[in-house]
Amino acid sequence: MLAFIAQRIGKAVIVLLAIVVLNFFLIRMAPGDPALVMAGEAGAGDKIFVAQLREKFGLDKPLPVQLYTYVKGIVSFDLGFSFRQQMPVSKLILERLPATLLLTGTAFAISLVLGVLFGTLAARWAGSWTDTAITILALIFYATPLFWVALMAILLFSVAMDWLPSFGYETVGANYTGLAHMMDVGAHLIMPATTIGLFFMATYARMTRASMLEVKRLDFVKTARAKGLRDAVIQRRHVLRNALLPVVTLAGLQAGTLVGGAVLTETVFAWPGIGRLMYEALLQRDYNLLLGVFVVCSAMVLAFNLITDLIYRSVDPRIEFAA
Amino acid sequence: MLKRVLIGLVMICGLSAAAVAEEPKAGGVVNAVIQPEPPGLMLGLVQNGPTQMVAGNIYEGLLRYSPKLEPLPGLAESWTMSEDGKVYSFKLRKGVTWHDGKPFTSADVVFSIEFLKQTHPRLRSNLVQLDKVETPDDSTIVFTLKQPFGPFLGIFEVGSMPMIPKHIYEGTDFKTNPANNTPIGTGPFMFKEWQKGSFIHLVKNPNYYIKGKPYIDEIYWHVIPDAAARAVAFETGKVDVLPGGSVENFDVPRLSKLKNVCVTGTGWEFFSPHSWLWLNNRSGPTSNKKFRQAVMFALDRNFAKDVIWNGLGKVATGPAGSSIKFHSDAVTKYDYDPAKAKALLKEAGYNGEKVRLLPLPYGETWQRWAEAVKQNLQDVGINVEMVATDVPGWNQKTADWDYDIAFTYLYQYGDPALGVGRNYISSQIVKGSPFNNVEGYSNPEIDQLFADGAVAFPDAKREEIYAKAQKILTDDVPVAWLLELQFPTITRCNVKNLITTAIGVNDGFRDAWLDK
Repeated sequence: MLAFIAQRIGKAVIVLLAIVVLNFFLIRMAPGDPALVMAGEAGAGDKIFVAQLREKFGLDKPLPVQLYTYVKGIVSFDLGFSFRQQMPVSKLILERLPATLLLTGTAFAISLVLGVLFGTLAARWAGSWTDTAITILALIFYATPLFWVALMAILLFSVAMDWLPSFGYETVGANYTGLAHMMDVGAHLIMPATTIGLFFMATYARMTRASMLEVKRLDFVKTARAKGLRDAVIQRRHVLRNALLPVVTLAGLQAGTLVGGAVLTETVFAWPGIGRLMYEALLQRDYNLLLGVFVVCSAMVLAFNLITDLIYRSVDPRIEFAA
Repeated sequence: MLKRVLIGLVMICGLSAAAVAEEPKAGGVVNAVIQPEPPGLMLGLVQNGPTQMVAGNIYEGLLRYSPKLEPLPGLAESWTMSEDGKVYSFKLRKGVTWHDGKPFTSADVVFSIEFLKQTHPRLRSNLVQLDKVETPDDSTIVFTLKQPFGPFLGIFEVGSMPMIPKHIYEGTDFKTNPANNTPIGTGPFMFKEWQKGSFIHLVKNPNYYIKGKPYIDEIYWHVIPDAAARAVAFETGKVDVLPGGSVENFDVPRLSKLKNVCVTGTGWEFFSPHSWLWLNNRSGPTSNKKFRQAVMFALDRNFAKDVIWNGLGKVATGPAGSSIKFHSDAVTKYDYDPAKAKALLKEAGYNGEKVRLLPLPYGETWQRWAEAVKQNLQDVGINVEMVATDVPGWNQKTADWDYDIAFTYLYQYGDPALGVGRNYISSQIVKGSPFNNVEGYSNPEIDQLFADGAVAFPDAKREEIYAKAQKILTDDVPVAWLLELQFPTITRCNVKNLITTAIGVNDGFRDAWLDK
């Protein structure tokens, strides 16, 4: 197993470097650069000022030199300096990381637990009204755009009912501590986490249902039933466990995106996370910041791919590691 | 409905005027929106709009300006000009201290000028006529100019020339000075905290030199990136102030009808944001003067004002906005007249060549406006293709002159020499910048008029020169002028006396108070 892990990490490093190089060029292919954007914001974009900014950011150097400098930094875990925010990229990302992990982690937990639960219920009572209701709801949640759900949730729960706050991470200026602070953050978290969670919950529910129905038809389930096992045990130990592999795959993919956050949801709810940081960096062509976020997100995806492979083995012992 | 909104605005303005007479009350917290999040708050280093809006509370300039652009005391309590218009002497207020307790003196003014010459491109060009600066004593500063420079008294507001503490920045690398993260000024509010992505917190300066001011205890600037979410934050009572441009225009009538909500279009007199279509004078149909005049006749600018801008602003009659100095009404006028536009297109020999229209990617309002303009142009037979970009893409395309017609708007800074000439003089035809003579208009007579206008003395001479320039420009139509914009500031009505000067919210909350 150790050889397997070592080999996968080796491959991941190569993939990560390839991602860095590819992103480096892709970002620069987009029209406009940070110097023009910042000069524009200052309302005084004379050519000298723009040239000064380019020199300051190192954008006046040939692209291969810029790439070499950047990769050299990455190798020594230096993600560079944000042009616009005038701060080290790693500091900016670390500042936003807790909020993003809280949001996406909560959404992940909600969607995985409820999705598998609803999928199991639908499969257990396939063809019943429970199944129909869950299937229709899952279809609706799966097909509805996130930003629309977010805006409708705000209209309903913030504007009409005044139950939940519409923006931010906490009540600014309230200075809550302890439990009161946790409750406050929780209240701010409900809408954005649910908005993200609904889509994935629908996906898990549909996938669990389909997979379980497939497994239910297999011979070993009939054997278990013939042995006289209780239905609950059959469903949990034989059907669900064998049906979980595709769900684990999907969960691995979703977990990989945890750090990337949710650009739309974070923007609509003014959640101070990495998704928003990435979106703003894109609009401002803050190359280093954007690349830094991409590097961290890519590393997370690669890490979770590896973790998913390891979980496969524990879910299904028939799978062996091949170094 | 529009009429009702307008009547409402007039009543609101009236009420605001009445509010000035009320007795201010001390205390309270104001929640305002800031968008986008500023890259920094050190106003000497960063001069973008959001930075000015927040940091206008922390830093101060020597002067402030009334809505009629008359100079008002700021950190300078009085000023004089010599008879030849070349020497300006300022007397500074006494007893002013920086937020860290150190005294503010004339040495800080001299240092600020040297600092800003390195970091503030607009001020650098404003100071081109400055010969020397002298400080006879701690509270006097004397500027001597090489020759008279008419707009000189108009370059001292906080965004153009913020005062920077010498004792903190002298001998340091300005850009990496740790104090940039905890800005120190002389202003009515002090920096307290900035949670990136969430809010900026300012607190009252207890040692402010005007006794009793500021009235408000704390200001929270909330960073909310989505326009609809900003509207909801106001609607649900979580924020009290939406500075101009915070919400889409179509939300303004709805929000203005809410209980205890006041709207005003004032506070933009100094900036006088002027919108127009750049018409590429170099090549294609737009290089033909008759085609450009046809564009002017084809545009239904009253529709844009009344529908897209909810009646706020004015139809622009030429290159200089009506609120800035030396605006002339004796110009060639272009009313909405599609028949005339069609006739001019025929005279220009236009054969239906494709014309690329580049909207300004600043949100839904600008997109809708671009669609209306496209419709206007198509109605007279111009073959328009809309080009989609984001802000950096727009910057790049206009800086590279890669467009036929492009939306833009620029600030005019109160005087043609400061904010108008740059768009029409040929020395400003410089590729690589989207904020100069991007249309490529070149006319030696105009070059000379703007050069003379900046240094002519007294003002009567300047008025004559600029009137002539405006007439020539409206004949030549280097660009198609659209509207003098007004970005409505929306507040709770109990936020009193917020906008008192020509730069509005950017001048800080010094005079504002809360009627509890």
